[in-house]
Amino acid sequence: MIISIARIFAAEWRKLRRPTLLLGTLGAVAFFSVLVSSLLFLMIDSPNGNGDRGIRITREMLSLPSGATQSFSSIGNLLGIIALCVFAAQTAQEYSLGTLRNLLVREPGRVRFLVGKLASMKVFAIIMTLVSAVISIGVSYALAGGKNVSTDLWFNGDGRLEIGKTLLNVFISILGFGIIGMVLGILLRSPISSISLGVLWLLIVENIVGAVKASTLQWLPGNQLGTIATGGSDTISYTHALSLSGVYVGAALIIATVLFTKRDVAD
Amino acid sequence: MVKLAIAVSDLSKKYDSGFAVSQANFQVPVGTICGFVGPNGAGKTTTIRMLLGLISPTGGSGEILGQSIDDPEKYLPLVGAMIEGPAFYPALSGSENLKVLASLGGFPMERVDQLLEQVGLADRGKSKYKTYSLGMKQRLGIAAALLPNPKLLILDEPTNGLDPEGIQEIRQLLRGLAENGTTVFVSSHLLSELELISEYLVMLRKGKVVFAGAIQDLFDKQQPFMLVNTLNENDLERIIKIAEAAGHEAHIRDGVAHIKGPAEWAGTLNKLAFESGIVLTQLSPQLPNLEETFFEMTGEQK
Repeated sequence: MIISIARIFAAEWRKLRRPTLLLGTLGAVAFFSVLVSSLLFLMIDSPNGNGDRGIRITREMLSLPSGATQSFSSIGNLLGIIALCVFAAQTAQEYSLGTLRNLLVREPGRVRFLVGKLASMKVFAIIMTLVSAVISIGVSYALAGGKNVSTDLWFNGDGRLEIGKTLLNVFISILGFGIIGMVLGILLRSPISSISLGVLWLLIVENIVGAVKASTLQWLPGNQLGTIATGGSDTISYTHALSLSGVYVGAALIIATVLFTKRDVAD
Repeated sequence: MVKLAIAVSDLSKKYDSGFAVSQANFQVPVGTICGFVGPNGAGKTTTIRMLLGLISPTGGSGEILGQSIDDPEKYLPLVGAMIEGPAFYPALSGSENLKVLASLGGFPMERVDQLLEQVGLADRGKSKYKTYSLGMKQRLGIAAALLPNPKLLILDEPTNGLDPEGIQEIRQLLRGLAENGTTVFVSSHLLSELELISEYLVMLRKGKVVFAGAIQDLFDKQQPFMLVNTLNENDLERIIKIAEAAGHEAHIRDGVAHIKGPAEWAGTLNKLAFESGIVLTQLSPQLPNLEETFFEMTGEQK
């Protein structure tokens, strides 16, 4: 069982590590990490705010032990959408390219296949998280001095704990988005359809629904996953976001696994 | 007792639209090359998918290398397959594509280079799959099927896109594999190719097996026939009537009369035609070949 999963992991990783995919994704991660971190500090005195949806994040807030990861946690949603696209494309392409039949002839254990595939994509998500963390904390540190933000508390014991917590939260959030992408890939069997539907839902539908009726935000899946990355918000607690996301992601995984194992592999 | 590589009994697959495969029964002995033929939509690919555990049968049973098809994990490590043509990742090289499958199956990586050499892709192994010609893609598909050093090789149209030289190479490769004890189950629309290499044949029509057995048994069941042509095109119909009046089945196909009957009757037909004032431009006794037999048995038009 473990050996089979390790083989599936290795096979999947060969696809994920190809330079265009790995470097392309990490390039996008780096771009958003630099962009969000820079805006946070460069617009610190802007009356329009320097955070998500016009929120003002002051020097005092940035000087706290959580200051180092303030921008990193804000990137969670964007990283999540990147993960959703990668996971969805990697899963759905097996159907659209017809490669799934080759893979399942070599590894007929379909649940094992899904577990191995997910494991390798988890590693991909960990790399995304670490790269984003290093870049966003680095850019924040570089810009903090010029904007009179104290970094004294960023790397003390509390600061390191905050960095660890944020890394974990962002990783959980990215993984949740990624699993939803994978599930969409299995359900729709087309990279374009699964990415389009996922991005459309997260970026447009949830925002419109949330704008029309704010109370729905505490039930929308994308918003829960984004809230996990920030460690909770004023309106949604971390525990609520984590448990509700667990329900959504778990249910989606169960449906996808049942479909994947029972459905005929036919074009 | 003959050891069987494939044995299916009443194997069926029913969709909402009807049966794709209906109560198929056939056996393929170990170490033989078995052709799998049938018109488009006859159920060949569905059958192959059921044998490979990709789709579940709705009825019947089957065994591959002595293991039930309900438990593909037990026999698939010994089976190589190319289904519905080659399918690989366009952005990966041929070599990387094979390594993905080698990793998955736990096969040694050295085998990848050996197989690329074997199928004539050694010099293009590092090129991306998307740059391959159809023939090269097909060769890579065959290489992938050979990865497990299979006891049973299932190939769906392996010579598609190959030039005559490539077809000959694949023919030799399959013969060599069979000589070494590998069973080859190959579907192809190139019936003349199958006739050259197959000892056994399974013929499908509209989801039903119309023949399964040794190819020689099939030919033995078929009557010899003769091809007849006339100087005047209108005389073909008259020739058909003459043949039918003498109790021989006859029909016109591709502008030539096909008349069933032994070679000895050709002289009588020539005499009858002469007496009727018909000038023959062709009178060729033929033994049935696979193509003729296929059209005969499947009721397909050439």
